[in-house]
Amino acid sequence: MTLDVRIHGRGGQGVVTAAELLSLAAFDQGLHAQALPSFGSERTGAPVVAFCRIDEQPIRAHDPVDAPDLVVVQDPTLLHDADVLLGLAEDGLVIVNSSRSVAELETAGLRLGPGQRALTVPATDLAREHLGRAMPNTALLGAVAAATGVVSLHAVRRAIAERFDSRGRLLVAANLRLAEDAHDMVIATQEAHGAETA
Amino acid sequence: MLRQLEGSRAVAETVARCRPAVVAAYPISPQTHIVEALADLVTAGELASCEYLMVESEFGAMSACIGASAAGARAYTASASQGLLFMAEALPNASGLSLPIVMTVANRALGAPINIWNDHSDALSQRDAGWVQLFAASNQEAVDLHVQAFALAERLSLPVMVNMDGFVLTHAMEEVDVPEQDDVDAFLPPFQPRQWLDPDDPVTIGAMVGPGAFTEVKYLMADRQIRALDTVTEVAAEFRAAFGRDSGGLVRPYRTDDAEVVLVAMGSTLGSATDVVDDLRAEGVAVGLLGIGCYRPWPYDEVRAVLGGVPRVVVVNRAIAVGAGSVLGRDVRLSLPGGTTVVHDVVLGLGGRPVTRAGLRELVLDVLAGQVPDETLHFADLDREAVHRELAREAALEEAAR
Amino acid sequence: MTTTLYQIGTFAAGNRLLAPEQRAVQSSTERGNAITSGHRACRGCGEALAARVVLDAASRASSGRMVTVNATGCLEVFSTPYPESAWQVPWLHSLFGNAAAVASGVSAALRATGRDDIRVVAQAGDGGTVDIGMGCLSGMFERNDDVLFVCYDNQGYMNTGVQRSGATPPAASTATTRPVGTSVGNAFGTGKSLPLIAMAHEIPYVATATVADLHDLEAKVVTAMSMHGARYIHVLVPCPLGWGSASAETIRVARLAVQSGLFPVFEAREGAVTAAMTIRAQVPVEDYLRPQTRFDHLFRGDGRPDVVAALQERADRNIARFGLLAEQPDNPPDGRPQDPAPLEKETP
Ligand SMILES: Cc1ncc(C[n+]2csc(CCOP(=O)(O)OP(=O)(O)O)c2C)c(N)n1
Ligand code: SF4
Ligand SMILES: [Mg+2]
Repeated sequence: MTLDVRIHGRGGQGVVTAAELLSLAAFDQGLHAQALPSFGSERTGAPVVAFCRIDEQPIRAHDPVDAPDLVVVQDPTLLHDADVLLGLAEDGLVIVNSSRSVAELETAGLRLGPGQRALTVPATDLAREHLGRAMPNTALLGAVAAATGVVSLHAVRRAIAERFDSRGRLLVAANLRLAEDAHDMVIATQEAHGAETA
Repeated sequence: MLRQLEGSRAVAETVARCRPAVVAAYPISPQTHIVEALADLVTAGELASCEYLMVESEFGAMSACIGASAAGARAYTASASQGLLFMAEALPNASGLSLPIVMTVANRALGAPINIWNDHSDALSQRDAGWVQLFAASNQEAVDLHVQAFALAERLSLPVMVNMDGFVLTHAMEEVDVPEQDDVDAFLPPFQPRQWLDPDDPVTIGAMVGPGAFTEVKYLMADRQIRALDTVTEVAAEFRAAFGRDSGGLVRPYRTDDAEVVLVAMGSTLGSATDVVDDLRAEGVAVGLLGIGCYRPWPYDEVRAVLGGVPRVVVVNRAIAVGAGSVLGRDVRLSLPGGTTVVHDVVLGLGGRPVTRAGLRELVLDVLAGQVPDETLHFADLDREAVHRELAREAALEEAAR
Repeated sequence: MTTTLYQIGTFAAGNRLLAPEQRAVQSSTERGNAITSGHRACRGCGEALAARVVLDAASRASSGRMVTVNATGCLEVFSTPYPESAWQVPWLHSLFGNAAAVASGVSAALRATGRDDIRVVAQAGDGGTVDIGMGCLSGMFERNDDVLFVCYDNQGYMNTGVQRSGATPPAASTATTRPVGTSVGNAFGTGKSLPLIAMAHEIPYVATATVADLHDLEAKVVTAMSMHGARYIHVLVPCPLGWGSASAETIRVARLAVQSGLFPVFEAREGAVTAAMTIRAQVPVEDYLRPQTRFDHLFRGDGRPDVVAALQERADRNIARFGLLAEQPDNPPDGRPQDPAPLEKETP
């Protein structure tokens, strides 16, 4: 089992932190993992990419993920950039932070291949509700746990608790609730419709 | 204990466990996370009796390390790229004064054009500065090399540079076992300077040496560097015995037996190259890999022993010697005098262009298909159209001016 | 003339509420634009704003006959992402620590080739000025080379991720001065004032300014450009990312720095202070510190009133030293402050 993930977002949205959290969660579960930022010198608001590899075998390579199984899009305005889906596996999954449905995104121009799937999570809205600010990354990790099953919600929660430990109990608690909410939301949608398939 | 850690953090914690007495550093991407983490550790009091100097430049950083080391303290700094060059005058001074300073270089390209991303131009530009230069293939090795570096430096009384690829390693989060304090203490005895500025036994350090003895001093320096080859091997062996891991050493051959073609590389490329070798071997392609762990002093014998009978060698150069060809490739060629081995000198991964597994695989197959020249430097992964367009434009301008 | 009107949000950018002859050039829709929009600075970047104002004013003052030399730093990085450039003026970036010397070279070349109608403006962040660039800068001052050097002081190495510089104020949290353990952030008793060091070179003109008063900044650039020899302007430019201030608050934070007395705004010629911008009502330093997360640790839990008091003392000392309070009796009537009192290094 391997999961190669690419995360797209903007500077200030915690893209690199998301990749790191995902790697922490996988490590916590006894898997091998590697988080790599795409190393820009980008200011707030500029497009940012980060990668995460998860594997049962030790990971030796250090090249960027060029054929992801999963693409996470933290800012839906980035969908206009053709590169966001570049190299996505034929049966790959896209998780988009959006309050719109996949069908709506497709009307707006999202193009998926025959075996590729997408799902949306209103991560920014949820973050506003739980954190009081638009920081969608932990919500999206809850969604990743729900949608892939590769990392458990429990592991994601532990990763959040470890990573944000120095930032205070309130922040940790809010992020835990946020991840859980997004997770449950995805499970509920999947139970209702099965994942929406393009 | 294995932990999932950022490379820079792991290195900072390891350096802290090596108990430097003076850390002097100046921030530069991609070294920043290392010195920030060390600043935190010192401020939090986790590094008992360590002075952290936030100097005004890299020249100040290396100079402070020189002063600290001459005063008998274990000294550490970290830098990269422009910062390493800003130290340049002080680097041969540190080695000439025989001071066992340890420095991490988070390898990055040299400007202009300014570029903060990874290649090996910075370290290789200081090839002849008299420092021992080690290259880490992974964050685990980066961590281990730092423990070894202090031991090496102090045993040899020579400065040691630990190179780790900027961003690719420094900013990668992966599993790392940071050696425990007790184990580091057992491996690395307290610093015993060969000489120091002792009022009870005054010495003069840094006297002028004229034509009468300069050559002899340099001879001794050169000799000590060559002897360092044995010490590198020795320390790596001791490390293996103490920590149960293979890290460091001069060279690392991988599946080179009966190889038709062997890739030669340094740094984080090695991990990806190992995957490529396994994949191609599984497909029946006889390919191997030689990792260079110690770039200076250059392990002539070890390189020759591995590459001597190999039909084709492909050197992955992450730096170029403008006007001459490659840097690493030249050393490899020097190790293969009069043989039949064909050396393909290939440039890959400059200024942060990733060295991908797909790219390495294609390179090996191209070499086997006879599509890669062996006389001239070959730029793999080059936008040929773009450079040809520019060359044509320049030619047209020259033509018009005539 | 010092302007007495505050700028009121964006509606009054460039003091459009003032009489036309009193307005800043920035209020004109016809103004030149040395640095165009579309660069990659963060929202609310004080440095981007100051650089535009400075270069526009310098460009106007030299009728566009001007060359700019830029040190490495945020300004350089956000304005020139390949293949784009935001610069509409001739612009040269060499290295981090050598901008002053490169500018001296440009100036010498222009003189040697009879093109000395072209003026030279060098610019750098605080790191490129007070730390790594100080050797070259001091040389440029000492030789009285014909260069205007502008420092955009955001009090840290922002480009590399907010580390401490020699211009970082005491108690500020940066990536290398985190308030961990018993630390209160950047240590008291450290740091330097480059304007005072510049004055010690007795160069023709030294001034400080902030983005809170663009009119004043422009006027100082125009003054500097009317002179020859080595000139130095030090501009305080809040950095939302590094200071942890809201991006819409850049101007307000800069104004509070002045009104609290923490950042004295003054002019000096040949080594002597000739004018200081007076404060009508001093605000407590706390008002300035609170909107910036880099000082959060001073207010968390029980807070650190002792540290805030030490910073207040620092502000009070500036006020006394530069005669910043309008109604101060010992302030000579012509607005000229008395001889600056010697600065003492403080401990919290
Ligand atoms: C010799 C050298 N050392 C370090 C660096 C890395 N570096 C680039 S910009 C910078 C900080 C810039 O700080 P400042 O001058 O205050 O400008 P700011 O980015 O804050 O505007 C540093 C440390 C470099 N480019 N060259
Ligand atoms: S980090 Fe600060 S100085 Fe740099 S662009 Fe952003 S706001 Fe401006
Ligand atoms: Mg700065």
